[in-house]
Amino acid sequence: MKDTDGSAKEGTVHKAIRHDSAHKHVSGAAKYVDDIAVPPNTLQILLGQSKFAHAKILSMDLSQVENFPGVIKVLTAADIPGINDCSPFAGDDPIFAENVVSYLGQSVFAVVAEDIKIARNAIELADIRYEELPAVITIDQALETGNVLGPPAVIECGEADQALDKSKNKLEGKIILGGQEHFYLEGQAAYAFAGEDTDIVVHCSTQHPTEIQHKVAMALGLSNHDVTVITRRMGGGFGGKESQGNLPAIVAALAAKLTGRPAKIIYDRDDDFILTGKRHDFQISYKVGFEDNGLINSVIVDQAMRCGMSWDLSEAIAARAMCHAENSYFIKNMRITSHRLKTNTQSNTAFRGFGGPQGIVGMERVIDHVAYHLNIDPLLVRERNFYPHKTSTEYGKTPYGQTVHDCVIQDIISELKKTSNYFERRQSIEKFNKNNDFLKRGIALTPVKFGISFNASFLNQAGALLHVYNDGSVYLNHGGTEMGQGLNTKIAQIVANEFKLPLNKIKITATSTGKVPNTSATAASSGSDLNGMAAKNAAEKIKSRMAEYLAAEAQIKPNEVSFEDGKVLVGANDYNFSDAVKRCYMGRISLSATGFYSTPKVHWNPKTLKGRPFYYFAYGAACSEVVVDLLTGENRILRTDILHDVGKSLNPAIDIGQIEGGYVQGAGWLTTEELVWDDRGRLLTHAPSTYKIPACSDRPLDFRVKLFSEGENCEETIHRSKAVGEPPLMLGTSVLMALSHALQAVNARKAYPNLNAPATPERLLMQSLQLGGPSV
Amino acid sequence: MVTQLIVGVEGADVRNYLTFILNGKTQRVDNIAGDMTLLKWLRDQKSLVGSKEGCAEGDCGACTVAIVKTDDSGNLIWRSVNACIVFMGMLEGCAVITVEGLNGPDGELHPCQKALIDFHGSQCGFCTPGFVMSLFTAWSNKHGLMAEDIDDTLAGNLCRCTGYRPIVEAGLSLKNSKQPQWELDRNEILKKELLEINSSEPVEITDGKNSFSIPTNHEDFSKTYADQPSATIVSGATDIGLWVTKQNRDLPNMIWTGRVKEFNKIDEQDDFIIIRPAVTHQEAMAKLGNKWPTIKALWKRFGSVQVRNSGTVCGNLANGSPIGDLPPALIALESLIELTNKNKKRKLPLEEFFIEYGRQDRHAGEYVSGIFVPNKPGDNFRCYKLSKRFDQDISAVMMGANLIVEKTKITMAKICFGGMAGTPKRATEVEKALLGQPFEPQSFIKASKNINKDFDPLTDVRGSADYRRKAAQNLVMKYGYELTGSFVPNLADRNQVENLVS
Ligand SMILES: Cc1cc2nc3c(=O)[nH]c(=O)nc-3n(C[C@H](O)[C@H](O)[C@H](O)COP(=O)(O)OP(=O)(O)OC[C@H]3O[C@@H](n4cnc5c(N)ncnc54)[C@H](O)[C@@H]3O)c2cc1C
Ligand code: FES
Ligand code: FES
Repeated sequence: MKDTDGSAKEGTVHKAIRHDSAHKHVSGAAKYVDDIAVPPNTLQILLGQSKFAHAKILSMDLSQVENFPGVIKVLTAADIPGINDCSPFAGDDPIFAENVVSYLGQSVFAVVAEDIKIARNAIELADIRYEELPAVITIDQALETGNVLGPPAVIECGEADQALDKSKNKLEGKIILGGQEHFYLEGQAAYAFAGEDTDIVVHCSTQHPTEIQHKVAMALGLSNHDVTVITRRMGGGFGGKESQGNLPAIVAALAAKLTGRPAKIIYDRDDDFILTGKRHDFQISYKVGFEDNGLINSVIVDQAMRCGMSWDLSEAIAARAMCHAENSYFIKNMRITSHRLKTNTQSNTAFRGFGGPQGIVGMERVIDHVAYHLNIDPLLVRERNFYPHKTSTEYGKTPYGQTVHDCVIQDIISELKKTSNYFERRQSIEKFNKNNDFLKRGIALTPVKFGISFNASFLNQAGALLHVYNDGSVYLNHGGTEMGQGLNTKIAQIVANEFKLPLNKIKITATSTGKVPNTSATAASSGSDLNGMAAKNAAEKIKSRMAEYLAAEAQIKPNEVSFEDGKVLVGANDYNFSDAVKRCYMGRISLSATGFYSTPKVHWNPKTLKGRPFYYFAYGAACSEVVVDLLTGENRILRTDILHDVGKSLNPAIDIGQIEGGYVQGAGWLTTEELVWDDRGRLLTHAPSTYKIPACSDRPLDFRVKLFSEGENCEETIHRSKAVGEPPLMLGTSVLMALSHALQAVNARKAYPNLNAPATPERLLMQSLQLGGPSV
Repeated sequence: MVTQLIVGVEGADVRNYLTFILNGKTQRVDNIAGDMTLLKWLRDQKSLVGSKEGCAEGDCGACTVAIVKTDDSGNLIWRSVNACIVFMGMLEGCAVITVEGLNGPDGELHPCQKALIDFHGSQCGFCTPGFVMSLFTAWSNKHGLMAEDIDDTLAGNLCRCTGYRPIVEAGLSLKNSKQPQWELDRNEILKKELLEINSSEPVEITDGKNSFSIPTNHEDFSKTYADQPSATIVSGATDIGLWVTKQNRDLPNMIWTGRVKEFNKIDEQDDFIIIRPAVTHQEAMAKLGNKWPTIKALWKRFGSVQVRNSGTVCGNLANGSPIGDLPPALIALESLIELTNKNKKRKLPLEEFFIEYGRQDRHAGEYVSGIFVPNKPGDNFRCYKLSKRFDQDISAVMMGANLIVEKTKITMAKICFGGMAGTPKRATEVEKALLGQPFEPQSFIKASKNINKDFDPLTDVRGSADYRRKAAQNLVMKYGYELTGSFVPNLADRNQVENLVS
């Protein structure tokens, strides 16, 4: 896609403008936390980790660690002046474990040393005695022992049991979905130093500077105004830096405060894997009742999710998984039960989609199973059950009670099935499969409907801060964080567009709790929806102050003042923007404003799990074709066609990037990315040598991605765009379903292949063998 | 400045500092730990923080830099390597170029950098310097930017954000661009600078605790090692680097094979192709790949360009790993391994070198001085590698197989597996079952059952015992089908799969 420079003339929104830091990315000049030049007396921190999944701490002798030359301080729970907690809200995540450890790898103490090598050598001298307690590691163990964080949560609509009973056809099944490591390329990182009085400054790779500010203050026994958290950019976040940055940030701040020296903590890759939470793995059991034509009457699903040792964000993730359990389908009778299981493993956390992907894959499995049973094309079953189109006279309602009035999935599917040539290819694939014993191909076209807004309504607010300096340059700050998604670029476009200035007049600055307070995490795909609106609001305030003043000066009405092409037109005069600004300055007009936005219309009752949690839905669909070698289980994505709705795109280049990256990440989750724990709770796959995210050659051989050209948000979002961060991840579902299609060809449809994820070569081979696939 | 000299073996003068070029500036580095990695040095000592650490184990490519040498005819040879597992001593006599060293004299971006911007090839940007350097190395070598090899060029760089398509397109766009004049000029200067620091002096650096010896001829190497038999021999450091970065191991003395003149050779002699200890996978692939296309395909999946640019063939045998990719292939070809102890040499069949897990037939004081690969046609020689991911992954199961057919009967079979036992191991029962049998799929199907007699594999994160057994059987079958004419495309090879796309 052609990059435009976003000159004032052509306008700055809806343009394919490159990432604002691209020139710095390619030259190594973009700075991440570990790249900040620090004073030579900066200390390095390493966390001492639990060696058991569940154990009582009998004694802890750290004197040898403390006495190791070059070690400045050892930190334990006893050193925390405030509260020993780094959880986002539930209060159940100790910074340093006390008395009991609850997962293997949990932080128990920290070594603060002159350099990292010293810390590494010293840490081995810790003498901690444990008494092992019974540990619950797997979903099955947690189900068996009833180890839960809270009682099951239920969402129900209609009469799920009766409707199931009355259905002509019934099926039951189960799908197991593995978790996923974020594998942001930059690990968790924080750098802290103490200032005057009780001030602490923390530079942190986080999606949620405000939460870090609050947690640091709580742990250090300070007020929020003592702590400033700054985030310039992250080397990837994907949800993994929503709450997981709390621990390193607090530890760095604590070390800085107690030693009086700057302190830095950078998780190396192994530590990052072993310490931090991941995408929840799920077991989803379902019962479905349906008619011969594929119409689904009732679905009953049980979602068992492994939360790990504490809540973290699991309650909200469970809610989103439940709120996506029906995907794009209007199921009149449905019951979704969520089991939030407590295990002695890493506390699982946000990951792009936030439970939505598991919910959606579960439903797509149901559809696939139904279609297999009826021996009809799954796409026909999908189409039979979609929510009514936005132009229908009667809308559908989700199981949680939200009316779906913006459904465009029919438009997307009908275009995509044409452009991807779906039906013809499916036919030719089935012919190919009849003629080939060892290679089987498969194709699937799956939809995504994803709700946009935080489920918890109060989080849907944002702020921005805008200064216009008297030379006409614009300084932009907002509460969102940049993790590669191009948020800063989009917000700068929005502000430039307000003033009709070229993009290079807008300076993008690091997110800081000192500039915009009380922000929500940059999460739930809402970054540009919320912060874009807030920034626009700030720009409008300054514009209208300028217009009022300049109009009064020229004795015209403020609405006769307009901003165009780098100029301000005031009656017969047209001023350069900078001249207009200067006039306003001389006229003592405030050229600085805060902006604020809160999403209208949303409400959610966390007790009944009903309401309108989502301002709107984002839609998309993907058609993936795969090939499997039945002798080895090896497989490849041959071709992928995607059509995705981003409303009126703020920046098509960035949006396409989000879609492609999200799809590949989703496909990785469902194919090669496998997390393995041993039965004592040790994570065995804790580095890229054993945990395989997609590499370059794993992208589809033929990859065609398009934005839905008719896309336009029915709600008054920022320039009628739609959020794009998370939804595309779920386009990867089509890969798992295509693999299922390929396996259905084994042994002439002998049985439904209950394909679990990740569908590694091993899983595919073993599944094929079970179906009677080729072997000796 | 006074050049300090320490007296090494036999009174030879050993230089105690390194000389290399960093982004156009000659560096003289002394008093540095032998186990200091290039990445750490760049970031901590030189404040060149453009190269990132994403894994510290050679897997992600975020730390990729270019190392430049001249070949015998004075041409520049560019290698991309993972700086996180390169020891400083390995830079002796070379030039290093980091992402900060690419732009032109007026600060303009390099065409490789521009292309990534134009194609929206960066999102979070953390992987980007590494991609720039992989593209830049391919660009400088004028190889690796075509559709059929771009995936290989980029296999060693992970990106979690983009899904790769824009990066690939950026790479492909470069194939038609010309090197700017300033770059040509700069390369000419680089040649001269490299010539100036060229020397065959042995070097040993140390910080008083960890030393790194750089002998430059075989005799010197032998003596140095004989004097310090407890020292660690380092070749490409693609294993040893991880001992330091991941296992926090202390390596007081290291001796490097990389600058030993005689070790940098591939010879042909008496029906053998001889690969000496410093020969990298990339160099060996260039030489042997065309002779046996199947091993070239295997090599393409061995690590990544960066790993192959550092790692050596002999290191892949010497490390004794049961999951190394080359041993099964080289055993199927009936290769010999040569071991040397000072002046005593012995050769043995490679398979006999691997005694049991963690133990090789290598006596104290011996080192691997070469691998002898029979120089004969291998029409029936095939390699199969199974792993979770096609590129840059370690095998779950690896099979190297070769056989001879005479008058429709199988008269010789060598089938060797990795990942099935504590060592690379031949499937002797399968081989027996093949001998004398007609050359047809049925023979292979029957023989493959004997995998169960030959192996009792382990379950680990790369695969269960059951999977390994079944997959191994199926590979024997696949081999049979492939040789007897029912070719099943190899999905690992994107080019073979292309015509399946509808
Ligand atoms: C990211 C990554 C990917 C990898 N992918 C693969 C892969 O796909 N397949 C695979 O098989 N391997 C793979 N490896 C492992 C490794 O790269 C290879 O085994 C490589 O060939 C080792 O060679 P080296 O020269 O780097 O060995 P080094 O690390 O230098 O040494 C390895 C061991 O051999 C000893 N040694 C080296 N040379 C000699 C000698 N001449 N005489 C005696 N002892 C010696 C050393 O002392 C050490 O014990 C990978 C490694 C990494 C980091
Ligand atoms: S840091 Fe990952 S390869 Fe070097
Ligand atoms: S751009 Fe983020 S990892 Fe590649």
